[in-house]
Amino acid sequence: MKKISTGNKAVAEAVKQVVPAVVAAYPITPQTEIVEQIAEFVSSGELKSRYIAVESEHSAMAACIGASITGVRTFTATSSHGLLYMHEMTNWAAGARLPIVMATVNRSLGPGWNIWAEHTDALQERDTGWLQVYVSTVQEAYDATLMAFRIAEHNDVLLPVMVNLDGFLLSHIMQPLDTVDIGDFIPPIHLPHAIDVKNPAGYGCLTAPDQQVMFRWDIEKSIRDSAKVIEETEKEFTKRFGRKYGMTEDYQCADAEVIIVAMGTLGKEAEVAVDLLRKEGIKAGSMRLRWLRPFPKLNLVGKQVVVIDRDYSFGRGGILATEIMAQTKEEVFSVIAGLGGQEVTYEDMADFVRKRRMGTEFWFGVKNHV
Amino acid sequence: MFEIRIHSRGGQGGVTAARLLALAAIHDGKYATAAPFYGAERRGAPIVSFVRIDDKPIRIYSQIKKPDMVIVLDASVMDVVDVLQGLKSGGRVLVNSAHAREFKGFTSSHVDLTGIALKENLVVAGSPILNTPVIGALAKIGIVSVDSAKRAIRETFTDERNVKAAEAAAKEMSA
Repeated sequence: MKKISTGNKAVAEAVKQVVPAVVAAYPITPQTEIVEQIAEFVSSGELKSRYIAVESEHSAMAACIGASITGVRTFTATSSHGLLYMHEMTNWAAGARLPIVMATVNRSLGPGWNIWAEHTDALQERDTGWLQVYVSTVQEAYDATLMAFRIAEHNDVLLPVMVNLDGFLLSHIMQPLDTVDIGDFIPPIHLPHAIDVKNPAGYGCLTAPDQQVMFRWDIEKSIRDSAKVIEETEKEFTKRFGRKYGMTEDYQCADAEVIIVAMGTLGKEAEVAVDLLRKEGIKAGSMRLRWLRPFPKLNLVGKQVVVIDRDYSFGRGGILATEIMAQTKEEVFSVIAGLGGQEVTYEDMADFVRKRRMGTEFWFGVKNHV
Repeated sequence: MFEIRIHSRGGQGGVTAARLLALAAIHDGKYATAAPFYGAERRGAPIVSFVRIDDKPIRIYSQIKKPDMVIVLDASVMDVVDVLQGLKSGGRVLVNSAHAREFKGFTSSHVDLTGIALKENLVVAGSPILNTPVIGALAKIGIVSVDSAKRAIRETFTDERNVKAAEAAAKEMSA
């Protein structure tokens, strides 16, 4: 059914259909609408989940961990400082192999106090063992949330999945949304190591060094295997519901000489910049990175690469640019743009390409920084 | 692509007007996005919302810099904000006003949305509802169809006076 929805409400709509046993969450701008909407679904009886209004994000993730280890489906959502406050527990969720799904509405970190879009919050969770997908439309926020549960709970994965959407730009925009009847798209959850009172076991016990390394490798092996599960899930989604997704969304890349790589809404608007550049005779393309973990093999051979980072690792560089430079020998022009919700238009992006200086870094909006 | 910027004050329903308009356009079989600009909103402060309507999926998230049309739900905003900024030459300005207003180089329209809301007794928390009548005015000039406008309003509000207000605004609007 065609309706209009914000990105936040689209996530809540998907959660309603997936029916987690437990939703534990704490509101924070700009995520609030997700948990408000889910709480409303629960109080009206439309959603038969246990909603736990916890006192903090650390407790939200702890409650999801406690529920998930009993073998049931769980969901939470957060943003920015809320995500950072969870950080100890996000590591635990992945280490304990719990298929928790979380929506992160990406927002800048203080100080200065800033509520607008930035990816640094989720990227500080990069090394926790969570799978991470970044979406760019209201429809994709809904679709990716549905798929996240199937991927997380797959026996070859059993790791938490984070669905990332840009604060305000996507969380609060209203776009068409086509909801589907999910049928048996997401099989019933089966957690092989769920707590069983008839068969007591120790969880999170002291682990010796030579065993700890095996636990770590086990996470890495599963995250590598998850690439295949993601591909199968996205293929099955297309078969059932028609919409197509991949590790990246490539636009006019085949014959491109220069490719813009970005995530989220910037990655989508980059397509309009590509149209503009092509009209001027510049063979441009765009590659919107959807999955950051597992990090896909990008086909950038022979291309000039313009990476736009809405994030930064101080003392090193744009986080996405750094990841790409570690994978490819091609030269990169690293653009830092959109921090703290800074306005970046398709015309600005076209300008990044026109004025690219390969092998350098450029901070949009900062004068004389080189 | 047709781009509209809506000026109002916090609490006047500018964001809902944008949503209704986008929903009506979707019912017309088009693609549409409605995006409020989120700053540090408070009740009564000047705010802007953006609506884009196109035959193709819309891939732009940045703010509208050169609108085809500007809607002013509260004329007093014009004292503090340049509502014409970036408006395409020959573009249209629609002002909530009982009196005709002339904007040189642009097509100027007016309709007394406040008067219509008061006549229909559409008042919430002391403020007249402007977002449903304005959709009627926009249907009059063909931005969305009359049927889709009514459908969008009925899907959003159960009170039929909203549809009546939209019809009244369509009738009273200067072309």
